[in-house]
Amino acid sequence: MKSLEILDFPNLFTKEVVEDPFTEGPVHFHEVSQTIKVLLVWDPVRLPCTFHLLTGIVQPEEGALLERQTVQATQQKAICSRDVSSLFGPIPAFHNTLWSIMKSVQPTAFGPLPGGIPRWLLQLLPMYCLSGHPTLPCNVLKFKSTTIMLDCGLDTTSVLNFLPLPLVHSPRLSKLPGWVSKDGTINLEKELKECAGRVFVDAQPEFCLPERELLDLSTIDVILISNYHCMMALPYITEHTGFTGTVYATEPTLQIGRLLMEELVNFMERVPKAQSATSWKNKEIQRMLPGPLKDAVDVWMWKRCYSMQEVNSALSKVQLVGYSQKVELFGAVQVSPLSSGYSLGSSNWIIQSHHEKVSYVSGSSLLTTHPQPMDQSSLKNSDVLILTGLTQMPTANPDGMLGEFCSNLAMTIRAGGNVLVPCYSSGVIYDLLECLYQFIESANLGTTPFYFISPIANSSLEFSQIFAEWLCHNKQTKVYLPEPPFPHAELIQTNKLKHYPSIHGDFSSEFRQPCVVFTGHPSLRFGDVVHFMELWGKSSLNTIIFTEPDFSYLDALAPYQPLAMKCVYCPIDTRLNFHQVSKLLKEVQPLHVVCPEQYTQPPLTQSHRSDLMLELQPPPMPYRRCSVLNLPFRRRYERIYILPELANSLVPSEIKPGVSVATVSALLHSKDNKHTLQSVPKPPPMPPSKKRKRVIEEPPVALAPKPMLSGAVALEAFLATLQKHGITEVKVEETADGHILHLQAEDTLIQLEEDGTHIVCDSEPLRTTLRDLVLRFLQKL
Amino acid sequence: MPEIKVTPLGAGQDVGRSCILVSIGGKNIMLDCGMHMGYNDDRRFPDFSYITQNGRLTDFLDCLIISHFHLDHCGALPYMSEMVGYDGPIYMTHPTKAICPILLEDFRKITVDKKGETNFFTSQMIKDCMKKVIPLNLHQTVQVDDELEIKAYYAGHVLGAAMVHIKVGSESVVYTGDYNMTPDRHLGAAWIDKCRPDILISESTYATTIRDSKRCRERDFLKKVHESIERGGKVLIPVFALGRAQELCILLETFWERMNLKAPIYFSTGLTEKANHYYKLFITWTNQKIRKTFVQRNMFEFKHIKAFDRSYADNPGPMVVFATPGMLHAGQSLQIFKKWAGNEKNMVIMPGYCVQGTIGHKILNGQRKLEMEGRATLDVKLQVEYMSFSAHADAKGIMQLIRMAEPRNMLLVHGEAVKMEFLKGKIEQEFSIDCYMPANGETTTVTTNPSVPVDISLNLLKREMALGGPLPDPKKPRTMHGTLIMKENSLKLVSSEQALKELGLNEHQLRFTCHVQLQDPHSDADTLHRIYTHLKSVLKGYTIQHLPDGTVIVESIVIKVSSSAEDSNTKVLLLSWSYQDEDLGSFLSSLLKKGLPSGIC
Repeated sequence: MKSLEILDFPNLFTKEVVEDPFTEGPVHFHEVSQTIKVLLVWDPVRLPCTFHLLTGIVQPEEGALLERQTVQATQQKAICSRDVSSLFGPIPAFHNTLWSIMKSVQPTAFGPLPGGIPRWLLQLLPMYCLSGHPTLPCNVLKFKSTTIMLDCGLDTTSVLNFLPLPLVHSPRLSKLPGWVSKDGTINLEKELKECAGRVFVDAQPEFCLPERELLDLSTIDVILISNYHCMMALPYITEHTGFTGTVYATEPTLQIGRLLMEELVNFMERVPKAQSATSWKNKEIQRMLPGPLKDAVDVWMWKRCYSMQEVNSALSKVQLVGYSQKVELFGAVQVSPLSSGYSLGSSNWIIQSHHEKVSYVSGSSLLTTHPQPMDQSSLKNSDVLILTGLTQMPTANPDGMLGEFCSNLAMTIRAGGNVLVPCYSSGVIYDLLECLYQFIESANLGTTPFYFISPIANSSLEFSQIFAEWLCHNKQTKVYLPEPPFPHAELIQTNKLKHYPSIHGDFSSEFRQPCVVFTGHPSLRFGDVVHFMELWGKSSLNTIIFTEPDFSYLDALAPYQPLAMKCVYCPIDTRLNFHQVSKLLKEVQPLHVVCPEQYTQPPLTQSHRSDLMLELQPPPMPYRRCSVLNLPFRRRYERIYILPELANSLVPSEIKPGVSVATVSALLHSKDNKHTLQSVPKPPPMPPSKKRKRVIEEPPVALAPKPMLSGAVALEAFLATLQKHGITEVKVEETADGHILHLQAEDTLIQLEEDGTHIVCDSEPLRTTLRDLVLRFLQKL
Repeated sequence: MPEIKVTPLGAGQDVGRSCILVSIGGKNIMLDCGMHMGYNDDRRFPDFSYITQNGRLTDFLDCLIISHFHLDHCGALPYMSEMVGYDGPIYMTHPTKAICPILLEDFRKITVDKKGETNFFTSQMIKDCMKKVIPLNLHQTVQVDDELEIKAYYAGHVLGAAMVHIKVGSESVVYTGDYNMTPDRHLGAAWIDKCRPDILISESTYATTIRDSKRCRERDFLKKVHESIERGGKVLIPVFALGRAQELCILLETFWERMNLKAPIYFSTGLTEKANHYYKLFITWTNQKIRKTFVQRNMFEFKHIKAFDRSYADNPGPMVVFATPGMLHAGQSLQIFKKWAGNEKNMVIMPGYCVQGTIGHKILNGQRKLEMEGRATLDVKLQVEYMSFSAHADAKGIMQLIRMAEPRNMLLVHGEAVKMEFLKGKIEQEFSIDCYMPANGETTTVTTNPSVPVDISLNLLKREMALGGPLPDPKKPRTMHGTLIMKENSLKLVSSEQALKELGLNEHQLRFTCHVQLQDPHSDADTLHRIYTHLKSVLKGYTIQHLPDGTVIVESIVIKVSSSAEDSNTKVLLLSWSYQDEDLGSFLSSLLKKGLPSGIC
């Protein structure tokens, strides 16, 4: 092992009760002396590269540990093995390093911890970050005993490294020269093609998946989906991984997500490309390639698109939820989606138990477009707020962009050119169409045909009209009339907007120019948009208007260069900007914020803009792909239920005004992560004949320990009580701390002090009488 | 003991003007606010004076929940909120919120414009009332206030019908509204999770009926319609504009297509188009099949069914007409009925339940001469058929819902007393739970026994868990001791030590010391050792230590030995223990008083 990094959390865990976070993995336990113990904990299955070293004082009652060290191997891949024996066997260097740490706290023996610690007592909240893309997150949270995946976004920017997939044969693309390194040593003519100085992979485009080695995906209990853009990697997670859990999503998220997946599969399968390219992925070769291919990460993990069968199987695991629905997971955790205002059915999630609350904010918007407004107040009082999905265009105002979109569109049409709008088939397109609906007449575009081409165009338009519950108030009101909530229904009815499943078929015969075409995919690498690029790219009359913020438009256009058509970039990203999010965080006041590391510094291209980053106190905990964070939590209480019978038997006594106490002795039941207390059943009465004998010979079985006492015994009142009970001859002697009472006739001493009473008495009956008299003056706790 | 009180103001041993008051955990909730189809006087609306004699209801109710848009569940809403006065929240689902005002307006028009009643709610009142409505989504947990939460479940029955789960603390009630447990041609079946409410308030319209399969009924219906058309008759199907009508339309539409029939089908009133539109926009509330295929073929776009015009009624030849309202108590269906009643070739099919007092109810009971307004009588010669298409759960369905929700008590409303009695017996027998069926104005009180939620200190809980070993063993529960601190609204269970600390109290130590004389001719040290050995043999499972400083310690009890001054064979034992070890200390003192057995070394 080359290097080991020791991460320290001195403040987090000092004097905190710390439990073993991975009870299911082997726990090694070492006793240094009676009080100082060392726990070495590792998790071979889920987290082969992180070890926890716990040292300090273990009190039998408290289980407290003073210090915790997380030992993390920085070169994770080197030891990414599922078999722990390989860690302690074949990689002796690592083993030795651990041993040396162990030795520094003087280990003398190594043995298993007597008894495990129950899972629900877990105090740490580990978060595994499987995606580094801030708007396409994929994080896994272990909350209490439940493993929860938050979103599974698919990073599709990897497709920009591939050549476009044309729908009809493109002589231009097929004539591109193959790539040979300058010195001629590397020849990848078949796999790589050169276009305008950039190198592209000539194969079926591949996606960058969430990290799959950081933890065992089969252990995931639930996946929470926040919006349909953040679920595109779902089949990669739920299929062929042993996943047996449940996916939770709202109905629009499921339906539109299904459509988008269907579209993606359709785009890929329509133009099958048998050729696969793997040689360029060789590390030695990749190093020699020109950028950006050279810098592409994890290229071996890139995968081709899934099949429709996998999509259907993945989506069959989805359980529908409504906003603010409280979903109980295994009795220990409750999750609840909240409206996030970004898209139809988009949600943020609350993950909580009775005493802990994590808010997951992903893709939220405060702009009033079509979805239901964002629910902000429910995010209050979070211990931890995980913040993802902020705007990718922090400097572009969506309203301004919309205006620019319309004016560029009108200008091109008036000049006799065509407008191409590469876009996703759901989402902002509804707003674009609504904006055009109002704009068409005033801009005199009444006769210009608008085409929406996608295998899911019709479904997307139809589905948008049936989710009244998920729409903003204005649109809901329309449904009550009853009218379709989106005006594109009228555009279709009046034949201004036409939709087609593809450029083949009806479209080719009905197609009129100049026109406006909305079509996908916004990466310009596959889908019908490729055809229009080839068709219209040569003429400077035409314009392509980019509205989606997910892809750099220059990269998207690269394989089409040189281009004559005009390019307009008006990315519309309605998600929260830094100004809005600071205001939001000020209002909801989470104790800690966790966010992608990109949000903790200004964008690379605008390093002077300190307003384009999150500045918080305490500073946010940043994560990147493959990070494992321990979210800070301070738990002190757990919910327990006292059954009515026991509750009725409790005798509260008032200690101070408004504060009462009652001693409780009860049976503790723990089942399904729920704890209850019930009355202790009375032992069956002993047969009377034997009873006497037993009392003497059998030592007492303590059913309930005696309560603790508090208060003081007042001298005068106590003397009066003694007198009432026939004890009159009392000699009182004053001492430094109180009084000594000499009961002369009974030859008994009672020492009364502020914080103690001592009865010295040889007669058992008298002793018990005196005991009861003293107890009258004291409070029991 | 906490109690839940349920008082029906309507629908208690009756069908019509559903209105049920529930008092739970200090909250008052009104469930539905309906009108009675069988009355035209004061009895038409629930008696709100039960709640308060003087004035507005706002102060007395925390919320009002409407289960679905049928007038017997929402017909009194504008009267209650605008004329009696209620400004609190009114909850209903989105489709109900959309359709309810239309039916109310319809109802108002018939009552005021046609019958000429005054002192009735106005159009403006309907609008004002709907402004107070907060829409509910399915399964959404709505926090009415800090303590009261409600959650809606799918109920089938009609578009947007919901069952509602009402919860305050750990007490809860489920109100079903009207529901059906079998999916039909346009709606799905009701569903609820195992929420174990304290009371399940269920409708019981078909308490005694166990209906044959839907398919048979559909075949029957089509056969009757077909036969009538074949012999040139006219078929009248009185329906509510929304609900059953759409189901029957889908049924006839597909039948007409399959059989290639030419006779016209009409749908009366301007509501049709609109009604179908609601179904299209709220397609997520329909059944799975319709939802799945709606992009390709929207089931609510009918080819064969056309709008009806009043003049068509006199057209010759066969036809089928759907007309509102469903119980023949007013409006177009009644007009057409009067026109066609005299001809035995014609047929009227009543596809749903008819309330007492309506013409529908009368003809279904075989009445052949009807007294009409203005002393005229009407001879009923046309065929009268009853097809139970109204989507209510039958006895089997009600039992099925009880199995789903597992309530602790059952309460029946929205049914006839005799039938309820029968079902009540069945429920009590099968589920061994109490079943109530209060009449209007009669209060049912159910005592609940909620567990008390408490925050237990993790340290205390962990200590208990640690003592009991790693895995909680349900067969071997552990005893736990602690102190419950009750402060304002918080309940905390902590260890006694922590309680002292938190309350800022000092511990008071109570100790006992006693002397025991013992005849034991040995040295002090030997006597002590003999005591040690003796106790070791008697006290199994206790920690006993013999310390070098000349003491024996049993748990925390200290035993010392000294010789008596007079006689070195008489030993004086000194025992000292704290109050917490009282039982053991007392035991030891009496044990040692008996002396040491011989034979101990």
